[in-house]
Amino acid sequence: MSSVVGSLNELLVSLFSDISLDVSFLFLLAVIIPGVVIFLIMTVNAIVAVYMERKVSAFMQDRLGPMEVGIFGFKGGKKFWGGIGQTIADAIKLLVKEDIIPNDADRFLMILAPFIIFIGAFVTFIGVPFSEGLIISDFNIGILYVIAMSSVGVIGIILAGWSSNNKWSLYGAMRAAAQIISYEIPIGLSLILVVIVVGSLEMSEIVKWQADNRWFIIHSPFAMLGFFIFFISGVAETNRVPFDIPEAESELVAGWMTEYSGFRWALFFLSEYTNMLIVCIIASVVFLGGWLSPFKIINLPYVDIIPDSFFILDGFYLGLFWLLIKAIFLIFVMMWFRWTFPRLRVDQLMYLCWKVFIPFALGNLVFICIWELLF
Amino acid sequence: MGIDNLQDNSSIKADEMVLNMGPQHPSTHGVLRLKIHTDGEIVSKIDPIMGYLHRCFEKHCENLSYEQVVPFVDRCDYLASMHMDHAYSLAVEKLLDIELPERVEYIRVIIAELQRIASHLVAIGTFGLDVGAITPFTWTISDRERVIDLFEALCGARLLYNYIWPGGVSHDLSPKFIDRTIEFLDYFDKKYDEYNELLTGNPIFIERTADVGIIPADVGVDYGVTGPSLRGSGVDYDLRKTDPYSIYEKFEFEVPVGKGEMGTVGDCWDRYWVRMLEMKESMKIVRQAIASIPDGDVHAAMPKRIRPKKGSVYSRYESARGDVGFYIISNGKNVPVRLKMRSPAFCNLSILSEVAEGWMISDVCTILGSLDIVLGEIDR
Amino acid sequence: MQPDDILKILQQIEFSAPEVKDPTLEGSTEEAVAEGDIVEESVSDKVEESDRLLFDEDSQSIMVDYSIWLDVAKELKGNKDLNFDYLMCIASYDLGSDRLGLAYNLYSNHLKHSLEVKIEFESSVEVPSVASVWRTADWHEREAYDMMGTLFSGHPDMRRILLASDWEGHPLRKDYKEPDYYRGVPVPKDKTAWE
Repeated sequence: MSSVVGSLNELLVSLFSDISLDVSFLFLLAVIIPGVVIFLIMTVNAIVAVYMERKVSAFMQDRLGPMEVGIFGFKGGKKFWGGIGQTIADAIKLLVKEDIIPNDADRFLMILAPFIIFIGAFVTFIGVPFSEGLIISDFNIGILYVIAMSSVGVIGIILAGWSSNNKWSLYGAMRAAAQIISYEIPIGLSLILVVIVVGSLEMSEIVKWQADNRWFIIHSPFAMLGFFIFFISGVAETNRVPFDIPEAESELVAGWMTEYSGFRWALFFLSEYTNMLIVCIIASVVFLGGWLSPFKIINLPYVDIIPDSFFILDGFYLGLFWLLIKAIFLIFVMMWFRWTFPRLRVDQLMYLCWKVFIPFALGNLVFICIWELLF
Repeated sequence: MGIDNLQDNSSIKADEMVLNMGPQHPSTHGVLRLKIHTDGEIVSKIDPIMGYLHRCFEKHCENLSYEQVVPFVDRCDYLASMHMDHAYSLAVEKLLDIELPERVEYIRVIIAELQRIASHLVAIGTFGLDVGAITPFTWTISDRERVIDLFEALCGARLLYNYIWPGGVSHDLSPKFIDRTIEFLDYFDKKYDEYNELLTGNPIFIERTADVGIIPADVGVDYGVTGPSLRGSGVDYDLRKTDPYSIYEKFEFEVPVGKGEMGTVGDCWDRYWVRMLEMKESMKIVRQAIASIPDGDVHAAMPKRIRPKKGSVYSRYESARGDVGFYIISNGKNVPVRLKMRSPAFCNLSILSEVAEGWMISDVCTILGSLDIVLGEIDR
Repeated sequence: MQPDDILKILQQIEFSAPEVKDPTLEGSTEEAVAEGDIVEESVSDKVEESDRLLFDEDSQSIMVDYSIWLDVAKELKGNKDLNFDYLMCIASYDLGSDRLGLAYNLYSNHLKHSLEVKIEFESSVEVPSVASVWRTADWHEREAYDMMGTLFSGHPDMRRILLASDWEGHPLRKDYKEPDYYRGVPVPKDKTAWE
């Protein structure tokens, strides 16, 4: 069982074998530790990504971005590192901010909603790999699980929008529901391409296939189209520009988050950036070779283009590095979208999904089957 | 505006929702409140409610001498204060019937066209914001800052200038002003193309703005829409050409009108594009004016005290937002009996409910952004 | 556009408008009533026909009696030689002793000429609304009502536009007294801070 929970359990059992601890307690510990680690990853990701977002946007807008808040007396000057403490300060501010619940809001649902969204993002990580073997549980329906869990959040969004008792929130929630549910379909359809080719839903199997053959994005033209459909739909599913109509700050003020403040709003924020990371990691794992180094982009047994010595660059730790590099690049692309594109209108968004992406994804599915039969 | 509007729900059908956009809303461009009746995302009726910024400027003017009115006029259209000053001064000069020195006219034209660039930059930037593009706004604002720096060097103020006075201007140009203006124009020429790359040709931008919020030419005229918003509908109505004031006959420039390049004539994209082209024309005018500016005393024609003859005057002026009119009635004293300002944004806004009905909530923001309103002059 | 050209066109109007008006006036009352308009026949009858359209030399404008204003407005827009399709501004003014005035500034986009029309009347009189002729008049008339208290008959949606709907009085009247309280909030009367 090549998963973190399994190996952690074994490790704990071997460590505490001389002390007579209950086995079920050790297993619980083996589950809780990764949970804490995931939470840390989510937090660190949000802090880093927010900082990156600010600096990327500042760079694109001829600004400097945050400059004043340093960390441990380190301010960084007018460079990329200037204001490095800003997001930490913001996080602290959000945590200590007053949590306002409007009088007419549905208290219970309003409190519940952020946690549902958060849990949706949180549990998705169980199936998200970070490197070879570095996955909490590498079960055989990995992709299916990730798709299923990443859409749990939409329940929270609808609850948040409804319970706020605010028309803007309601509009945001309705838009979000329509958007996220619609874009699940092209995402699912483009991931099926991989499943058809690889013959497995397991993350490690998918990467193994790519290591043996080539990165899936260059498997065929259809796979490449599938990648673009997947990635753009992923942007839509994470509600980012140009598909940020549920938040649409110039139309709906803040959409379904309008009435939220303080910690609950921070949870939304955390989940948003976590979803970004998940989409980018899944895109990297499924289409861009996961933890494989760029030198393994193509593996032709009869032509030896890349010397074998380069394959030292693969491995557990470097795999983590490569995967994160790919994911961060995709996150950068998402930010690039955000700061250069206007926003689509809700009907145009639906048009794009139902009349462009889904037909193309379905066509892709047919053609990749033919391709597999031919080659 | 008022409280009773909130309770007046008798006309609402069961499936309609009344949405209050504003007075605090990011894309109402100030404290405008739109009572939107919606059927799902579709807008079925819009009732603009304004007056949140009302300060009864016209009543103020009835208690101030003609010179003292100028700073109040500034505050009407705070994004194009120079135009307001200029429009008011033209009206008073028409009432006084005085001739201005050539140099004053040239300075006024240079300033007015620079102000037009600055104002259109804000219009384009906020229009970008309304359709969801944030970056153009920061770019345009930083370029507008350069124009404002020029004005700061000119008269010390950055937003409300009190520079153009009836009978002249408050100071002559500072010696470096011309050089700095040329420098700005050279810079802006290059920057102009970047805006086109970022926004004009962007497919999503075109998708959002083309064919949206079409104002047919006759309806636009009927509603008194003026300025770039009317020219976007293909009407060749620019007071600088049709009824030239100041010395605009001396300069060569085009009046850009909407041609429906991306969709139908009179859509939001056309109005945006007209503003873009107008900046180019303004640059042309400034260059020509700078090349031929004569010397002279800018205070030569300035009256010691303004006491117009008994009578009334209606004077119009092409501001960045459209046709600014001043109707002044004088009774021979140094205080106007009545000063009525025809606000272009006021009339432009009146077409919103006609145009935006049947479109989506997002389009309301787009259309409102393309009309480029300033609440300071709507509410006066 | 030269001033003497304007004058010529103005003179044209002076001739043509009463001729157009006379046969239509009897008919128009019925039409107007059918449309929901209220035309005060008793008041209009008092005015001499020759006084209904006058040329005002000082301001180069024509003075129209309010009773025929709607017909004149229709003629101004509809007549091919006049074709005033653009109503630039409606300025209301207070003449004192309970008389008000309205100045309509018109422009023709096709013929490139402009005109000022003035109506002066007692403040209790309802002026016919021209919102059906130029739709921009809708908001301008609401503003005139709001600020000056001119009453309009046949306006589609007469409410205050700039002031709060429960505001009392019309601020631009010369005899306007500012209230001591608005919704229980005292209005600051001490102006030393800014005078």
